[in-house]
Amino acid sequence: MSYIPHTESERRQMMAAVGVESIDQLFADVPAEVRFPELDLPEPASELEILEELQLLSEANLNTREAACFLGAGAYNHYIPSVVDHILRRNEFYTAYTPYQPEISQGTLQAIFEYQSLMCFLTGMEVSNASHYDGATALAEAAILALNVHQGRRDKLVLTPGIHPQYREVVRTYLQGQPLEIVGDDSLGSRPETYLDERTSLVAVQYPDFFGNIVDYASLAAAAHAVGALVCVVANPIALGLLKPPSEFGADVVVGDGQPLGIPLSFGGPTIGFFATRQEYVRKMSGRLVGETSDSRGQRGYVLTLTPREQHIRRGRATSNICTNQGLMALAVTAYLSSVGRGGLRKVAELCYHKAHYAAEQIAAVEGFQLWNREPFFHEFVIRCPKPPAQLNQHLLDHDILGGYDLGQEYPELEGHMLLAVTELIHKQDIDDLAAALREAVDA
Amino acid sequence: MLEPLIYELSTPGRPGHRFPDPDVPRADLPAGMTRKELMLPELSELEVVRHFVRLSQLNHAIDTGFYPLGSCSMKYNPKVNEDAARLPGFAHSHPLQDLSTQQGSLALMFRLQQWLKEIGGFAGVSLQPAAGAHGELSGILMIRAYHHQRGQPQRNKILVPDSAHGTNPATTTMSGLRVVELPSDARGNVDLEALRAECDETVAGLMLTNPNTLGLFEEHVQEVVRLVHDAGGLVYGDGANMNALLGVVRPGDLGFDVLHFNLHKTFSTPHGGGGPGAGPVGVGDQLLDYLPGPVVAELEPETEDLPPLYGLEMPPKSIGRVKAFHGHFGMHVRAYSYIRSYGRSGMRAIADHAVLNANYLMAGLRQTYQVPFDRRCMHEFVAEGRFEFAPEIHALDISKRLMDYGFHPPTNYFPLIIREALMIEPTETESKPTLDAFVEAMLAIAEEARSEPELLKGAPHSTPFGRMDEVQAAKQLVLCCRPAELAPANP
Repeated sequence: MSYIPHTESERRQMMAAVGVESIDQLFADVPAEVRFPELDLPEPASELEILEELQLLSEANLNTREAACFLGAGAYNHYIPSVVDHILRRNEFYTAYTPYQPEISQGTLQAIFEYQSLMCFLTGMEVSNASHYDGATALAEAAILALNVHQGRRDKLVLTPGIHPQYREVVRTYLQGQPLEIVGDDSLGSRPETYLDERTSLVAVQYPDFFGNIVDYASLAAAAHAVGALVCVVANPIALGLLKPPSEFGADVVVGDGQPLGIPLSFGGPTIGFFATRQEYVRKMSGRLVGETSDSRGQRGYVLTLTPREQHIRRGRATSNICTNQGLMALAVTAYLSSVGRGGLRKVAELCYHKAHYAAEQIAAVEGFQLWNREPFFHEFVIRCPKPPAQLNQHLLDHDILGGYDLGQEYPELEGHMLLAVTELIHKQDIDDLAAALREAVDA
Repeated sequence: MLEPLIYELSTPGRPGHRFPDPDVPRADLPAGMTRKELMLPELSELEVVRHFVRLSQLNHAIDTGFYPLGSCSMKYNPKVNEDAARLPGFAHSHPLQDLSTQQGSLALMFRLQQWLKEIGGFAGVSLQPAAGAHGELSGILMIRAYHHQRGQPQRNKILVPDSAHGTNPATTTMSGLRVVELPSDARGNVDLEALRAECDETVAGLMLTNPNTLGLFEEHVQEVVRLVHDAGGLVYGDGANMNALLGVVRPGDLGFDVLHFNLHKTFSTPHGGGGPGAGPVGVGDQLLDYLPGPVVAELEPETEDLPPLYGLEMPPKSIGRVKAFHGHFGMHVRAYSYIRSYGRSGMRAIADHAVLNANYLMAGLRQTYQVPFDRRCMHEFVAEGRFEFAPEIHALDISKRLMDYGFHPPTNYFPLIIREALMIEPTETESKPTLDAFVEAMLAIAEEARSEPELLKGAPHSTPFGRMDEVQAAKQLVLCCRPAELAPANP
């Protein structure tokens, strides 16, 4: 299969117009000794053959439609209304480029403006950018924002153990070239307050935290502000349908992964990183921004704005190198929030909440299992298990259940603990089956 | 016609998508932690659909017309790729599932890694980076880590030609290194004398786009690479223009130590109105251990009865993770499908026709529009959007007038080193009649510039929107709809 339209006669006419006798001549600048290598690739295939091959590969996976998924830990199996993908499949959206020419890109631009508005209201913040790659890189960009706000005079970043372990890894990767100390997350018991000082540029927390706990960070935020540090909250956007927005306890930046809002799991990507902050930091934040304006005919319209922050204008002095971001995923979030609406998001959040609490209760009632959380939790919770989680999960797989995340992998203190997530796609029966299977696994 | 904002279409109490009631007892909500208001719109599903369909109709897209945006490779996005990425086993699998339940996805990623290694001439590939700039960040961090590991932290200088994409210098700064800009010579190549002068014991590396953003193949590429290597530096390849090189030359064979691929340019995954893309990085032997990870590895080879067992491995000196989970897997599926479709014998045909199309367009335009370098181009070329006979006309005016002819304008005002640059990349999927129509429009516009310049100055005329006031947008800075502005539903 090929998507090249040229006929033999067109090719000949075009070569004549260019003044070559063969296409090879077009590549005369390429060093001859390495030109035109034989590539060890499979032979070309037809569409029919490719689909068969991919179908087989996809069937070699277990998918969350075949199994009850209690796995969360940063990626969540939610229901996506059909309308969302129908909108994403509009050719005019998904085959367009970044909207550099606003006169013929108002569809994308207005949709991003609406996305920015929705994220502002959801997080309680004043400005939102058009997206980052995912929640982890959005957090890294928040750390860079804080360094810029302090103009490089503060060289300490405080993370907390309740932030997703992979997010913390990404922050360290991004900042490895900067003279900076990253502290606060080496053990479960560490308290962020004890790290705050005049060198601290930012303290970051997660809400609900990685273990599902709903924590009010008001006093931490006050302490951070007292030393002049910024506060970043990594938030779960479905939880924000029910919980107080981070703006109410003093967040300066709210970031997170928008995957739960209408984006399929897709083995972890693509998703979208949302990033919202206070108006005063808008010129220091990275990423695309869409602003309202008017056109030469007096009509309201939208354009990419504050581009002097960006790499294509400012080059080596840009706030970030980000260019391509997650445009279509922002559209998915916009379509999702527009169709579930004010009542729908709250309902999804409550469904998750109630089902998670029922699940925690049922599991804790099984002999040997114990709920670890001592604070209110949202839709994830930690269970202390009488057997290694890996072993339990193998048993659950035999019952078509995807068990929880084995916390011992990242937190030595939590060996033998499992993190379970419950969404609106889990039925009461699934929870009862899970409890029964766990009971059976222990008895076995 | 103007489409209202989603908030303006909202009607209090309008029922939207319905979810079932809970089938479990309700738990007490966390005291003092629930939110009082949630300002989301309320629309019926039909209202939502009409809103977004109408918005979509305000876009120009590859699927509606020619999109010759330079350095963006706006080629056709095959539809089967979209279907493939949505197969339930791909779209609905969780990234932290036990690897035994993910062998299909891992096999796909492993093969894609192998194919990209083969196409680029590299020893290893990581699929983790989410976009080209993300691949650049990974690559420059690897170069930095490599020098640090070898006890040469004083190597802190990255050389960047003046024709480079803005992401190159921005990446360098983000990585904690210093940018030194190199001039171009009279034929559009890296100026060798300037390069030689900078090749000292502080050079960490060079970032080179080849073909460069002028659409020209670097005539001294091997010499450039040798100079940097001899000075102890490494060479980064910006793979944005890889479409010109498929099956023509492998960057690894030219001595590049690391390169990012843009799956959304070269390998046909859709641009999505600004992402998601994917920016896998390929490396030679020296940087193999530094790749961002984890990467997919074959843990146990295939046996007579069993397929190979795939898993994830962290390279021993990895710069770390650059993203949560495994990269943009959905884009990996699409690129897999694309490479599979062209295969061994078809890969070169992509570059052949991309380069033929660009040279054909250049031949049609160069009598009328100045092309600053008298050379054959690769997959794109840069023309100057200005006329001696009409000094008031700029590249911007020509770009906007092209919209009236139904075309998306070329990339304009880039590269910065060409006055009034129009950077034109047709890609291989456009047919001769489309290219002819584009040339015809460009020639007609040049004629209009002479006879009716106001047609250009006021363009576009036939689009739903006229030129936007960008100054007003930056001055008044309205970045979201404000609650006070939320009008009640239309009567």
